[in-house]
Amino acid sequence: MSFFKKLKEKFTGSAETEEVSDKYKAGLSKTRSSFSAKLNDLVARYRKVDEDFFEDLEEVLISADVGVNTVMELVAELELEAKRQNIKDAIDLKELISEKLVEIYTDGDYTAEVPLNLNSAGLSVILFVGVNGVGKTTSIGKLAYQLKQEGKKVLLVAGDTFRAGAIEQLGVWGERIGVEVIKQSEGSDPAAVMYDGIQAARSRGADVLLCDTAGRLQNKVNLMNELSKVKRVIEREIPGAPHDVLLVLDATTGQNALVQAKTFSETTDVTGIVLTKLDGTAKGGIVLAIRKELNIPVKYVGLGEQMTDLEKFDPNAFVYGLFADMVTEQQMD
Amino acid sequence: MAFEGLADRLQQTIKKMTGKGKVNEQDVKEMSREVRLALLEADVNFKVVKDFVKKIRERAVGTEVMESLTPGQQVIKIVKEELTLLMGGEQSKIAVANRPPTVIMMVGLQGAGKTTTSGKLANLLRKKHNRKPLLVAADVYRPAAIDQLKTVGKQLNIPVFDKGTEANPVDIANEAIEYAKQEHLDYVIVDTAGRLHIDEQLMGELTQIKADLNPDEIFLVVDAMTGQDAVNVAESFDQQLNVTGVILTKLDGDTRGGAALSIRAVTDKPIKFAGMGEKLDELEAFHPERMASRILGMGDVLTLIEKAQENIDEKKAKELEEKMRSASFTFDDFLDQMEQVKSMGPLDELLGMIPGANKMKGLKNVQIDEKQIVHVEAIVKSMTRQERQDPGLMNAGRKRRIAKGSGRPVSEVNRLLKQFEEMKKMMKQMSGMQGGKKGKRKKGFNLPFM
Ligand SMILES: Nc1nc2c(ncn2[C@@H]2O[C@H](COP(=O)(O)OP(=O)(O)O)[C@@H](O)[C@H]2O)c(=O)[nH]1
Ligand SMILES: [Mg+2]
Repeated sequence: MSFFKKLKEKFTGSAETEEVSDKYKAGLSKTRSSFSAKLNDLVARYRKVDEDFFEDLEEVLISADVGVNTVMELVAELELEAKRQNIKDAIDLKELISEKLVEIYTDGDYTAEVPLNLNSAGLSVILFVGVNGVGKTTSIGKLAYQLKQEGKKVLLVAGDTFRAGAIEQLGVWGERIGVEVIKQSEGSDPAAVMYDGIQAARSRGADVLLCDTAGRLQNKVNLMNELSKVKRVIEREIPGAPHDVLLVLDATTGQNALVQAKTFSETTDVTGIVLTKLDGTAKGGIVLAIRKELNIPVKYVGLGEQMTDLEKFDPNAFVYGLFADMVTEQQMD
Repeated sequence: MAFEGLADRLQQTIKKMTGKGKVNEQDVKEMSREVRLALLEADVNFKVVKDFVKKIRERAVGTEVMESLTPGQQVIKIVKEELTLLMGGEQSKIAVANRPPTVIMMVGLQGAGKTTTSGKLANLLRKKHNRKPLLVAADVYRPAAIDQLKTVGKQLNIPVFDKGTEANPVDIANEAIEYAKQEHLDYVIVDTAGRLHIDEQLMGELTQIKADLNPDEIFLVVDAMTGQDAVNVAESFDQQLNVTGVILTKLDGDTRGGAALSIRAVTDKPIKFAGMGEKLDELEAFHPERMASRILGMGDVLTLIEKAQENIDEKKAKELEEKMRSASFTFDDFLDQMEQVKSMGPLDELLGMIPGANKMKGLKNVQIDEKQIVHVEAIVKSMTRQERQDPGLMNAGRKRRIAKGSGRPVSEVNRLLKQFEEMKKMMKQMSGMQGGKKGKRKKGFNLPFM
């Protein structure tokens, strides 16, 4: 069965899936239209597959910030495959390109959604880490809202004691959603604040504790050490915690996101990614390289600044959104 | 390790090349591919890269590279020249209005660093230019953005104008100007909320503020880690607001920062400052040359190459290489070489420019003693012409004479002779392997001037 047909089949059937993929289609409309439009355009321009075609294909992928190495490998593979299968017409390559791209992310397993790792019996602790300005605090606000909607008792802890106004910022989110925020004053020890947060979560019988931390550039050794200390405090207080360490990445970031993922993983064993600002024009393609090289899955995507603007990352829906045009096209053929 | 980025890539390419000295068109093509990859890895926009590489290729196919003994270095030199040219000169000037206050608007995407940079800029204006700035809190959207600016103002002891989150940003900005006039403050820095360039409503708000305030500067604040989208963001902000300059933030990170090049290429607006840390005094003038090196991932090696280019003439270098190959290198050549290296500048400074030199095994603890160089020179100059041409002549009597003539002990003369022989051996080995890795010098081998 052809790849597009397989994809199409997956998304006809349950009404729920249709709804999810519609949301993705809307949220990622810019991503989708520009990506599949570019691919279509490429195929139309080059009827014949040649060296220039592959160079242009490289550029389409690179313009989405897919890691340079990943792109080069992928394109080399495609070139080989085209030779092997004796594919001469660009149009015949289109499906192969899409399939390979999806393979990188899903590794062949199209149902690879990775949910939050919540502890069903007791308190779950989720630590948010990342560089400055990527959207950690905002994502905490959004996730808190979502979890509260699901009926969970949520608590926030203001672990960014460094940036001016950071504690107040989380405080405003707490008020908006109606959840308590544990805090100390600016400049206090973040590990001590975490300790307070855990004690409070225990005594209030909270289900989930979301921990904010100060943004830090991954090449600052002292600040990274501070972060591992924060994590150690959590580990010591609650066996098995933190249940998730979410690295927040700004979709606008280029190749450095891969370095961020590597370094933060080394320090804090990152278990998932929140990819923010996908409501802009950036594609965040670097998550492909991160998945491929470090095997860290994307768990959520940020699609705006409101509390409802956080979506679970569903690779199926994402892929469907990305190739929706082509799937429809296929049907009409 | 010592060389990363483009320099490393080019070295590897050159190693693969068949010819010993000259390069052919196919080689140039391969080198351009390496330049392309290096720039893409640095996040330079692919369209900008395309034009850029085309230019490089045109120049490289000319005689400069094809005829050079050091094609890799030539390519790097050309790349550097073109990069620096593209990024423009150093431009850290800030406008001054004829009638105060001078108005500066800070704009950009969410999370770029506008608020911190506003504080840094106010600090710089007061410290370096003796001005009295006012900070204006016009971000009424992001939770606690006003608190953030107020805290920054308090830390710096610089006044902050705010009207809470209920007021309209356009009104806030207008009233702030009146306030500045009243208080005789001569600079007004308006910190606006982060927004997407495609958000029509919020972009409209900026257009309105611009129309009312007629600002002297509109700075687009951009995160140095931005990827391919930098061109869309910059182009769009510039089209809608006609920005006057760019400030690059978070350059203290380990990103290559190719966005700088992309932005400059599409907007042609100067990059004026670079944010180098979270502290409020960490704002620096933007240096296009340093940025060029950084994008290519090679420390200040470019400056080094440039110095070598200025001071070592190609013809002599060619002759030298011939001699190395045939092992007919003499003390005269040695003197010559020393002169050339010396003319490049203080040696430890030169060593400092080699990226990773401090990490290189052989160079780690090298103390360059300029005095010792003078001694070596004295010894060589005390030799007769014949001795210089043929060190094999050397015997105990000659050595004593040389020691006396140079005022150095015989042991030192002996040491130099031994080093010289070792060096010749090394040269013979090295001349066989073109473009050998710098880091792989044999242990115990000293450069002639150490
Ligand atoms: N457009 C958009 N903006 C976002 C998103 N997530 C966060 N932001 C904005 O990015 C800026 C920085 O976010 P913040 O949470 O303070 O980042 P932190 O420093 O990592 O905690 C704020 O202005 C947020 O409103 C998103 O998904 N889309
Ligand atoms: Mg924060």
